Amino acid sequence: MSANTNTTDDTTPSGLRRLWAQDAVKIAVLLAVIYGAYLGSGLVLGYSVRGQLNSLASLTFYIGVFATLALALNLHWGYTGLFNIGVVGFMAVGIYVMAFVSKPLYGSGGAAQVGGLGLPIPVGILAGMIAAALLGLLVALPALRLRADYLAIVTIAMSEIVRFTFLSSTFQRFQFPYNLAGDTTRVGFGGGSGLILDFPDPLLALIDAAGLSGAYDGLVALVGRIVPNNPDPIVHSLVYGLVLLGVVAGYFWLLKRTGESPFGRVLKAIREDEDVARALGKNTGRFKIISFMLGCALMGLAGILWLMGQGAVTPNFFRPRLTFFVWIALIIGGAGSNTGSVMGGALFAAVLYQGPLYFQNLVTSVFQPGEAPSGFGPAVSPLLSNFDPGPFLLYTLDSIRQLQLVVMGVVLVWLMHNRPEGLLGHRKETAAAIPLVRPRGSAGGGREEGTDPASPSRSDGDEGGDARE
Amino acid sequence: MASGTEIDSTETRWLAMALGRPLAAVFTVVGLVLLASLAWGLLVSGAVTFARLGSLIWDGVMRGLVVGLAGIGLSMTYSILNFANFSHGDYITSGAFAGWATTYAIAGLGRADIGSLLLVGAGGSVFGGALGIGITTTPVAVVAGLVVAGVTTILLALAIDRVVYRPIRAESGITLLITSIGVAFALRYLIQFVFGSDVRGTTAAGSIPQLSLYFVDGTVRIDAHDVTLLVVASALMLGVHVLLQTTKLGKAMRAMSDDEDLARITGIPTERIVRATWIIGGGLTGVAGYVFILWKGTLGFNDGWLLLLLIFAAVILGGIGSIYGAIAGGLVIGIAASVSVIWIPSAFSRAAAFAVMIVILLVRPQGLFSGRSTA
Repeated sequence: MSANTNTTDDTTPSGLRRLWAQDAVKIAVLLAVIYGAYLGSGLVLGYSVRGQLNSLASLTFYIGVFATLALALNLHWGYTGLFNIGVVGFMAVGIYVMAFVSKPLYGSGGAAQVGGLGLPIPVGILAGMIAAALLGLLVALPALRLRADYLAIVTIAMSEIVRFTFLSSTFQRFQFPYNLAGDTTRVGFGGGSGLILDFPDPLLALIDAAGLSGAYDGLVALVGRIVPNNPDPIVHSLVYGLVLLGVVAGYFWLLKRTGESPFGRVLKAIREDEDVARALGKNTGRFKIISFMLGCALMGLAGILWLMGQGAVTPNFFRPRLTFFVWIALIIGGAGSNTGSVMGGALFAAVLYQGPLYFQNLVTSVFQPGEAPSGFGPAVSPLLSNFDPGPFLLYTLDSIRQLQLVVMGVVLVWLMHNRPEGLLGHRKETAAAIPLVRPRGSAGGGREEGTDPASPSRSDGDEGGDARE
Repeated sequence: MASGTEIDSTETRWLAMALGRPLAAVFTVVGLVLLASLAWGLLVSGAVTFARLGSLIWDGVMRGLVVGLAGIGLSMTYSILNFANFSHGDYITSGAFAGWATTYAIAGLGRADIGSLLLVGAGGSVFGGALGIGITTTPVAVVAGLVVAGVTTILLALAIDRVVYRPIRAESGITLLITSIGVAFALRYLIQFVFGSDVRGTTAAGSIPQLSLYFVDGTVRIDAHDVTLLVVASALMLGVHVLLQTTKLGKAMRAMSDDEDLARITGIPTERIVRATWIIGGGLTGVAGYVFILWKGTLGFNDGWLLLLLIFAAVILGGIGSIYGAIAGGLVIGIAASVSVIWIPSAFSRAAAFAVMIVILLVRPQGLFSGRSTA
């Protein structure tokens, strides 16, 4: 990406360069490259249209969720310097509380073991975000006084406590009042077997509410002409992906506004040097808590958006490694930059998260290799005994889900060695509201002008001293 | 408060302290309530028997010894290299797998295919129970495994330090922390790639000699692997204590964890000290991983990672840099996790250990053994 920037700098007129400097253009170019690569490789290898559309939909979905999560984390780490590695905890609280509020009452039919409070989905989403923010407050109140690495350990411990809570049989089902009269209903978090999200489909509800169901049906019919067999799920996931991209834009706008506001400037000051910010009379603790809670609410919403349409949620989805995925996305893009966060999320989703699986799908569907060996032993022994790499390659392909995590680890180490600031990290950005670049054409005289104001002021001081004497 | 007159009764002083540190007061009250409920259960209602409490404490001590032993290494790297090493848990796993591959190979030599033995019975090809592994049945295999676990982890820690951490030694602790997360990922899933994801039984659970000790109103059971763990852990802890207290190396380490630049000016070869840190820490960690598996009897690729947060809790509890702190913290965390099931559902036992850590961070963030770095 950076190489690309350099070549445009050298060879093209400044118009293109200025275009590239636009954040939206960078993101659009990156997305175009990613989608192009996916479509291109699918076409070359003869992927079916249905397969293409499905892979595009899931790619869009993951780009959306990782970009939102990276943006929310950027508010914590990139803006305020809060080292939060408990992202999954806030996501889990978001979706579980949302399910608790929005699932229909128990006994209204369906396979669900427990019910919810039966309130509308928007109320549930709001409740989930508020709950995530309150959990953030609970963690922040004590932990923000501590060193960054202590905050890290407290947040990851918190995310594990959240997971154990939802896993435990204690909260699997319990009675909870659902109206003002005090009648109780059977609710719960489902324990280890998970929770069925049996509220109405949120996307269709949204489309209905927006009065676009006609347009949606038209789209289904249109896609049905290309994919005659059951086009509905494809359209559904594609549209949901687009909605997620809209949410990314919303997050981006919100964080950009936040970052440029006086509030955001204090956050950046805290990140650079908290003591200085405090010396300037800012109540840094309050700023940190508000920033932390806002980020947590956004993480809760991201968790809701990720799992709301999946039909069910299990606590073990929220293992700490998911937190580290978000961190890798943020670090790839560059902490401190919203554009970088979106690009990092997109790159992570496309290359590191979905890429290996897509590659595996492609290879298996095109070459149709045989059955992979069941373990490392049967895979390696032919390689050692008669130099047959076939089984080993098959086993490698088969275990690509584990190996992609190895690759992520190596990428993370490589990034920290070679490019810790990521693609677009500019954590030393100026906090001033006006551009601080020198006006063009005064390169020669500028230096003198720059020093001039200093010398009179010094002589002023001298004179003042003289006068006093 | 200190300027109070002689007549100032202890009560007013307690009151002043409670007002000055409300959090500490609240936690003290909570602790007293828990103790009171335990005493009630033991003495009056009989809901808890002494034998059950004794068994839980013994279990907690065992767990605590593992956590403490592994915690010494983490504490040393934390104070000397100045970063929280999130790959420490996977060093434990690496040591465990290396050691157990050796044990399997020695115990099962000639009885099963060497490949399956070296892969610690991946995919259910060999079972530890079928090989009759235990400290009394196959002592040579166990001791060899113990040594290999330590040595492999030392080599691994040194190699990773050379490739990964040394080039960015001067960076901030957070940079190193993030890097160590990358190392953890790579190690853990490489182990899964090679050894598979199944959790296997490693010891012949039925043939371990057991001792039932009479304890007030029942018995507490202690088996040979408990004793092995106790002996190995105590011996190593004592060894580290002697090493750090009586040798020049220990003094140099303390100097380095205090102030690295100053240590270098004084002529301490800092890189050599770093290497010594990894050797001691890595060795203890690998052995801890091995005896942990010997004690609990199952082995999976996630074991070390699951232990890591408890180890962090122990190290923070004891005060970063203090090996006695790590040991004491390990015991507190282990016992807290075990005994907590008296009050709360067992699903929350790890949560209870984390809660103890968070309480300590709130009340005494410098840890129990603060102010003394490395020994």
